[in-house]
Amino acid sequence: MIFSIVITGAPYSSQASDSALRYCQSLLNLGHSIHRVFFYADGVHSGSSLAAPPQDESNIPAQWAELAKNHELDLVVCIAAAVRRGIIDADEARRYEKSADNLAQPFALSGLGQLVEAGIVSDRIVTFGA
Amino acid sequence: MSENKKSFLIINRKAPYGSSAARDALDVALTISVFEQPLSLLFLDDAVLQLLPSHKPDQIGQKNLSANLAMLEMYDIDQLYVSRTSLEQRGINPDTIQLKIKPLTEPEIALLIKQHDQVLSF
Repeated sequence: MIFSIVITGAPYSSQASDSALRYCQSLLNLGHSIHRVFFYADGVHSGSSLAAPPQDESNIPAQWAELAKNHELDLVVCIAAAVRRGIIDADEARRYEKSADNLAQPFALSGLGQLVEAGIVSDRIVTFGA
Repeated sequence: MSENKKSFLIINRKAPYGSSAARDALDVALTISVFEQPLSLLFLDDAVLQLLPSHKPDQIGQKNLSANLAMLEMYDIDQLYVSRTSLEQRGINPDTIQLKIKPLTEPEIALLIKQHDQVLSF
């Protein structure tokens, strides 16, 4: 089956992103495919390149990046939700005249249309909320 | 975009202003409508409070959600449902809701969820 995942809970505050990571790994182990992972609302913080958790805790953004690299996952961060919360890529940093950007590779900022398209293309959408 | 159609159900579960959930759900609803996909909205738990008239959120620096809910009709989003139980638990008379919305029992909600291809919960 083709799955897409929506994450609305913030990493570390909620279990959402961590559970979604494990869920995605299980889907892939079982031979399913993942069309897209969409980070929405507080879920956008999973795309920060500046997260620096203690060494004995999981680095959630790094784990997403690793999973995406190994399985060519499409990690999309909602641009409206992200920019509001200070998660921005180089283009948005220029647009809003900010001194830095912090969207980790290979996350991409895009619109809600990417969530709806994922719903149309996928057999199932699974939401991980706060 | 794919030629396929999928029916979407958005389940609202949160109160209108304590979190961004209500606004986030509405933004998704409007986007689904732009993609011309069949869409229903269900208000469950504290989300029934979103349906009350006369919000005054400017007093806490928030934008009024009611105006956006009123926009649903403009976007031809008219499949609106609310949990009868959630209304009763909060002492809300369905007649006070100014939107055209259908109260559902628990078995009817189960059927509604079953009838949709994609379910998004906020």
